[in-house]
Amino acid sequence: MFRATLKSLLARKLRLILSGLAVVLGVMFVSGAFVLTDTLGRSFDAVFADAYEGVDVNVAAKPRIEVGDFEGDAVAMPVPAETVERIRNVAGVADATGIVAADGARLIGSNGKVVTSFGPPQIGANWVGVSDLVQLREGREPQADDEILVNAGLAKAGQVAVGDRVGVLTLEPKQEFTIVGIFGYSGGRDSIGGVNEVMFTTPVAQQLMLGQGDAFTNVTVTAADGVANDRLRDDIAAALGADFEVKTGAEVSAEASATLKEGLSFFNRILLGFAAVALLVGTFLILNTFSIIVAQRTRELALMRAVGAGRRQIIGSVVLEAVAVGLLASVLGLGAGVGIGALLAYLFGNLSGGLDLAGVAVPPAAVIGAFGVGLIITVVAALLPALRASRIPPIAAMQDVATPDRPLTKVTVAGAAVTSTGATLLFLGLGGHAGGNTLITILGGVLFAFIGVALLTPLISRPVVGLLGGIFSWWMPGKLGRLNSGRNPRRTAITAAALMVGIALVTGVTVILDSTKSSISGLAQDKIKAELVIGGAQTGPRPPTFDPVVLEKTAALPGVALVGGAYGDLAQVGDERTWVGANSDVSTLTRIFGARATAGDISRLGPDQMLVSSDVAASRGLSVGSTVPVQLARAEAKTYTVSGIYEADELLDPITVPVTAAQDFTVPQPIAGFIQLTPGAQAADVLPRVETLLADSPEVTVADRDAFIEQQTKPLDDLLRMIQILLLLAIVIAVLGIINTLALSVLERTRELGLLRAVGLGRAQTMGMITIEAVVISVFGALLGIAVGSGLGAAVVEALRDEGITDLVLPWADMGTMVGLGALVGVIAAVIPAVRAARIDVLGAIAHD
Amino acid sequence: MTATVGRQAQAAARASEVWKVYGSGEAQVIALRGVTCEFEQSRFTAIMGPSGSGKSTLMHCLAGLDAVTRGTVSIGETTVTGLGDAGLTKLRREQVGFIFQQFNLLPTLTAKENILLPLSIAGRKPDQAWFDTVIETVGLRERLGHRPAQLSGGQQQRVACARALVSRPQVIFADEPTGNLDSRAGAEVLKFLRNSVREHGQTIVMVTHDPTAAAYADRVVFLADGQIVSELIEPTAETVLDTMKKLDTQVEVGD
Repeated sequence: MFRATLKSLLARKLRLILSGLAVVLGVMFVSGAFVLTDTLGRSFDAVFADAYEGVDVNVAAKPRIEVGDFEGDAVAMPVPAETVERIRNVAGVADATGIVAADGARLIGSNGKVVTSFGPPQIGANWVGVSDLVQLREGREPQADDEILVNAGLAKAGQVAVGDRVGVLTLEPKQEFTIVGIFGYSGGRDSIGGVNEVMFTTPVAQQLMLGQGDAFTNVTVTAADGVANDRLRDDIAAALGADFEVKTGAEVSAEASATLKEGLSFFNRILLGFAAVALLVGTFLILNTFSIIVAQRTRELALMRAVGAGRRQIIGSVVLEAVAVGLLASVLGLGAGVGIGALLAYLFGNLSGGLDLAGVAVPPAAVIGAFGVGLIITVVAALLPALRASRIPPIAAMQDVATPDRPLTKVTVAGAAVTSTGATLLFLGLGGHAGGNTLITILGGVLFAFIGVALLTPLISRPVVGLLGGIFSWWMPGKLGRLNSGRNPRRTAITAAALMVGIALVTGVTVILDSTKSSISGLAQDKIKAELVIGGAQTGPRPPTFDPVVLEKTAALPGVALVGGAYGDLAQVGDERTWVGANSDVSTLTRIFGARATAGDISRLGPDQMLVSSDVAASRGLSVGSTVPVQLARAEAKTYTVSGIYEADELLDPITVPVTAAQDFTVPQPIAGFIQLTPGAQAADVLPRVETLLADSPEVTVADRDAFIEQQTKPLDDLLRMIQILLLLAIVIAVLGIINTLALSVLERTRELGLLRAVGLGRAQTMGMITIEAVVISVFGALLGIAVGSGLGAAVVEALRDEGITDLVLPWADMGTMVGLGALVGVIAAVIPAVRAARIDVLGAIAHD
Repeated sequence: MTATVGRQAQAAARASEVWKVYGSGEAQVIALRGVTCEFEQSRFTAIMGPSGSGKSTLMHCLAGLDAVTRGTVSIGETTVTGLGDAGLTKLRREQVGFIFQQFNLLPTLTAKENILLPLSIAGRKPDQAWFDTVIETVGLRERLGHRPAQLSGGQQQRVACARALVSRPQVIFADEPTGNLDSRAGAEVLKFLRNSVREHGQTIVMVTHDPTAAAYADRVVFLADGQIVSELIEPTAETVLDTMKKLDTQVEVGD
């Protein structure tokens, strides 16, 4: 039996390779994800181990507000300067150095633009001298307040040199400095992991990076000879008390690395997501291929049964084939995954300005993931066809191969059941009834919906394919192609379903993002009563800010009626971490943003008062007069009294604190300014004057309102394009499926093709016929995908109605593109089978002897 | 022996000095050895011979389905030998009709669509009067909307005959048209073919190994070992059978 299986496997190389390719791609993503995170993880470990090399113990103050991933760095509580002295007095301490180092020092390069790092922080620090790690390459140490050093990587990126006068943006707006020196790191490196560093004198660093003098972000300690690090750590901790975090250098380095790795897991999830899509499509493909193989081998299998093979042996033989394909695909996928993981790690390292990559290794998770996924998917997909094979009666060997069209009742009932399960899961997940498992419930719902629709597809395929094909019926080869595509509804359906998955995902994501965008810009256009807006696109952990003085100066410009500056930061409010905002003039809430009070007075705000949105009021049970403790980034906790409640909408902050409190935000500068003009004033006249005022804030621009909205929603567009491009992969895999199905059709219908050629069908017509068969299938898949995707997208949008996504936008243009893409996919997939069909030897096809 | 069977009537198809050789060296098989033969217009000719005599090969070469090794084949005014695929396609569309033993119809099309298939492919309009005549002759008017799976074997073959006739080709080549039919259905098809020759002047060349089928033809050409060895005009089943028997003994003696 084993031999027979192996032989039949070899005889069907091409078909199995085509379907195996889908598994290869899926496995590639799975193992690639693991290889990437493993490689980058070890690289980060090395970077941080380096950075904390000379540090035996590190002392920092506990941060006031814990922040999560993608919310920027925690604003650490500064360590008072006198702490350094206290640490020095602890027995066993050889030396203690106060360090200032915080993200957010942006150098303006020689081209006048802010140098960005694409990910790694831009550290502003105090110069504490050279060490084993830090080496002065050129120039000297900073002595005056306007002298700085930059690392060699930053000097190169900004094209600046010793002696240059440059601007640096910090917590404060642009200030000018002279570069007096350039430093590098041990081993001749220009940067550590792409981090940009600007070194100030200690007092300047304290002022610009911490916003207060006489304090440090942390204190690094070297142990005296013979003193163990952990012992020293405990001693220092005991001496300083509970307000400080005292850790050994190794601990800090491991933690810092772990935080970055956490961020990487996002990357990992994206790759695994694509793996899931590839594998889902691959499952359809394999199921189809094995069904086809079993159908083709009906006689052969029946003969085996006739000569005594048992049902189990038949199942075994098909499953064995699947195992072989799965194994091979896993091996190839693993190899490709290691390659793609290494490539991505390399790209990542380069993009982030020269991360020194650790050697590529294959973590066990990649191997287990590859083989687990590859084998399981293939075998599960082959199980159904294997069962079908085992039901072939021995008598089939003696009869003409009859492939009666089995009724679609069972599959339709199953499809309806699975689809409604999917719909139920989606309803639960989107409606927020799934408890803590919302994401899993929604994903499960989507998966079930896909499988369910795929099962229903044979039923739908008949009328839809008939209708679609009607377009081509005026042309005889077109009509034949259409009829052929309707001949085997199951095969057509599963081929189309593979394409459906990719198209549905693209459509769904597009519907959601377009609806979000439209809702936000619609709301902004309705509500914001400002002709001009100052603001910048967010590229780093925080939105760019500008000098509050600009607000005052703008208000004084002729033609300007009202200026509202918006501040924002994360704060601990009660027991929840949330976004709070502040307005330079609280009356702009109503006058510019159209806020409507539902309780209290929202037009003024005392120093101990706060305003909340109706949503926050409802969820926290607040009313006018309630008191709430608020912990801002740079201040002690303070209790505020709710003095007013406004109707919640997307444009308004959930919580508004007085502008005086904004001084205690991480960055005490406005992130946006809204300018209302006097009647008759021309925006074009005012705009250049505001631009002049913003000369020191190159990250921020002034634009008219629509351009501002456009700028704010642009990240959504970028995200959409990225997802669309990545999902093309699913569509590429579906092409393999269509090729597979068509190649088989051509093979099965050799005699028919011969007959058609004999009665005068030309080569071009033959190719046309096959192409139309493919196009009908692929356009059907595209339409199905658009329908399913629109449904899923609309469901999500509906669920997000309460979140302010009120518009449902169906992307007709994109849908048109996708139908076009579907047709193109069909044409491409048809090329090889069509050429094959056209080359069929007429005589060989019809001769019966 | 090469029979000179040419008549005064104009030839619808002609083979002259046709050789067909398969393979080379040791494995070489000579299927046709310089066959020269004409098939007159408006006549029903049967080609007979034992298995391996080359009768099917001759028909395939005549119809342009297979290329000849040497010699020339022509249909009507057209020289088939040397035509490319486009030329052959045009020839099949305009001058040749086929009836095969099996796989004669497209399962996806109705009987009517199958009949009109060659015309549709060529983008020609059917002559309604002629179409009606053909349908009447084959007696399929009631079944035009049925698909092949809903027709009996004999009905299917009649549809195939109608398809070959409807475009009025120079020649219809029929390859064992009754091979898959029971004798009654076979007789119907053969009668119908003979009528189309007698009443409508159609030219038909039929390959068969069945003496009864051959007896419906106006003339029978016998092949053995790739050569034309004999010929009968106005044959009956008995004369055909006798000739076949003779051929068999000749072959045995020859061996």
